[in-house]
Order: sequence, then C-alpha cells, then structure tokens
Amino acid sequence: MVGSLATPQGEVPLVKGHLGGRDRWGALLVRLGIGRMSYSVEPGLYAINHPGPDAPVLVTANYKLSFDHLRRHLQDLAAWILVLDTHGINVWCAAGKGLFSTAELVGRIKAVDLAQIITHRRLLLPQLSAPGIAAHAVRKQSGFKVVYGPVYARDLPAFLANNQQATPAMRLKTFTLAERAVLVPVELTIALKWAIPLSLVLLALRALTGAAGFWPTLVGQEFWPVAGLWAGVIAGSVATPLLLPWLPGRAFAVKGLLAGLVAAALLALTPLPRLDHWAWFFLTPALASFLALEFTGASTFTSLSGVKKEMRIALPCQIGAGLIGAGLWLAGRFM
Amino acid sequence: MEKFVYLRNVVTLNLDQRQCIGCGICLTVCPRAVLAMAEERARIVDRDACMECGACMSNCPVDAIAVERGVGCAQAVINTMLGRTGEQCCTMTPAEGRGEPPARGRGTCG
Repeated sequence: MVGSLATPQGEVPLVKGHLGGRDRWGALLVRLGIGRMSYSVEPGLYAINHPGPDAPVLVTANYKLSFDHLRRHLQDLAAWILVLDTHGINVWCAAGKGLFSTAELVGRIKAVDLAQIITHRRLLLPQLSAPGIAAHAVRKQSGFKVVYGPVYARDLPAFLANNQQATPAMRLKTFTLAERAVLVPVELTIALKWAIPLSLVLLALRALTGAAGFWPTLVGQEFWPVAGLWAGVIAGSVATPLLLPWLPGRAFAVKGLLAGLVAAALLALTPLPRLDHWAWFFLTPALASFLALEFTGASTFTSLSGVKKEMRIALPCQIGAGLIGAGLWLAGRFM
Repeated sequence: MEKFVYLRNVVTLNLDQRQCIGCGICLTVCPRAVLAMAEERARIVDRDACMECGACMSNCPVDAIAVERGVGCAQAVINTMLGRTGEQCCTMTPAEGRGEPPARGRGTCG
C-alpha cells in the first residue's frame, strides 16, 4: 500500500502495480508450502495507479498471491480492484467452493458503495471465477454487468487494449511444465510431514530386530532401508507431475504406478536382503500410484466423475499392494 | 501446446439445445473449449475435455445446461469418505445439480 485515494465514499487504499521485496518473499514461502493457509488481504475496494471514475473494475479473491499476481500484471494501468472475501482462498478453488459467489460479489458491491464511486456499470471477473458466479443474476441483483476476462492475469493488458475482447487462447486453462513444476515443492512439503517420521519408525523397527542389538544396528544402518519410501515419494510427487503428459495412461493412478515401477526396478540395485526387495517392489509403486492420484487435486483438467471412477479401482489395488508389501517387510525382520 | 485428456466417457455434462438461446456465455466461461456454436446454438464438441467445474451451468441464463459439478480432487473424495468436513481441506461438493455450490470451509487446494 502506498497511500490512499479520496472518493465520494471516503478514502480507498492505493496500491502499486509492482511487487516489492516483501511480496516476493511471501510468495516464495507460500510456494514452499509455508504459511499458505493464512496469506490473505483485507476484502474491499483498492485503487491501483490513481484510477478515475471511468476506470475498469477488476474483481479478485482475498488470497494475497492472487491479489499480488493481479497487481504485478497490471503494472502501470490504472484500475479499481474489488477484493471479495474468499477466506484467503484463490479464485478458482473459491469459486468451486461457493466462496467466490454471486452473493458475495453483490454484497461487496453494496458494502463499498461501488455505484457511487464509478460512473460505468461493468465488472471484470477472472474467467476461472465463473463456476461460482451467475452473471445474469449479478446483473439483476446489482445492476452491474459481468464481463469475464482472460484465464491468466498476464493477458489482462492485451485484453483491456483489445476493447475487452479475449482471444480464443486467452480462454483456455493450460497445464504447462512450468505450471506443474511450481506445484512440486508444496507436494513435497506435504509428503515430508509423514515421510520423515515414517522413515525414523522403519529404521527403529529394523534396529529392534537387528542381530547386532538395537543401538549398534540403528546407528550402523545406511539410507537403503528407507530408500524405497523416498523413491515412492519422488516417483509420485515429483516425477509424475513433471512427466505427466509423457507417462502412459489416462488415469493418474496408472501414471504413478508406472513411475513407481521404474523406481522399484532401480531399487533392485540397492544392497538389501531379498525379502526387502520384494517388499519394496509392492510398496514403492503402491505409494507412487497413491501420491499421483492425490495430484488430481492440483491438476487443471480432471473431473470429479473421472476421479471417482479411477479411485474405485485404484484405491483397493493400492491398499492391497501396500498390505502385501508391509507383510513381506515385516517377514523380512524375522527371517 | 497439447490438450490434456482425462478418462473417456465419464463426464456428466448435458446440454438441452431446445432451450438454448445462443447467447454464447457457456463458450466464454469454459476453460477447456468443450462447447462450440453451431447454427446459433451451443453444442458439445469435446465432452471428454470437460472437468465438470459447472461454470457453463451457473452462467446459463435459461438453465439449458446440467452437470454434476464438483472438483476432480482425490483428497476431497477421501475427506468426504472419512467424514472430514473441517477447516483444513476440501471436501467434495455434493452433486446437487443447478445453482451455486454450498459454501464450505477453508481449502488448501491450488
């Protein structure tokens, strides 16, 4: 925030069209999965680059990453930004959850008295907010016409310059390698929270049954006894997202399974007892397949009907393979 | 850039062309180019690309489109199976047909 702008309805916070160091640092932390649940801005009306009463009004969510992303791409364009209360959730997810909604939008227009501040009656909404909005209902309830802008904020300057018309390409949600790669750190952060404790438990269990006694075995162990666990995490939460279009199969569970089988084949080269190799041959692909299935939620093209269908088949298989693998692993402790 | 495709023949999207008034809002809001205009009416041209987000349904002024809307997220399905409704993650939006989805708690998705 760089000050405030006087309007007929009082002072409106004025923000910059460029990000500062703190905004970039905050975005980095969120991308690493740190504090991403409480990264929000106050809902309400903001002014960017001294807009006049005829400047466009852009509507967004009160997730700070969404707000900053919009600011950054507007650069030197003058506009109003109407921030809805979406409980700190991004535009698309908030629309899916009914938080970025017609009711919230109409209520926010009234709360800030938008009709008194601007002279026109058009609102620019991100296209991906459409699942939560009924444009015709907004018009009926508030008098404002909803115009759906491009999917990506980076296309906004071109969209505004082109008489608020989107090209067909601006209307499509992609899932490029870069878009997938940026999701990997969060996937990994989530996995670390259980994979580290589980690794310690496995190493301790192994030491308990070690021939040399608990402490010498625990300290003397190398990384190999839990390599299968980490191979599964990397296959499911790193390799599958990155290699998504090139992994065979349509179902995410199948893609993850194949990545996991490759990982399991590599594990055969590690120095472990034969029974442990068999155990990880089941455990690693099962884990990779499950984590890949979880990635459906971060992807941009899966349907609920499709996810349910693949889960009906994949979940029992993953659980079955996991139980067989766990049984073999335990048997290995007593052989 | 190639278009990602998910499972075949699972999508619940339906368009009643007799009701369609040809306004084209469904084409505008769809981020997957599922629909196209033909003879002044919308038509489904790539059903398998649909991710059931429900944008076309909620914006259709004449209720010509029906889809069992939801988020294609395995964790949300698992949360629902386990009866979690909590603050921390998504749950499945029930397939209630038309209108806006019910408000839910905080989400971690995205």
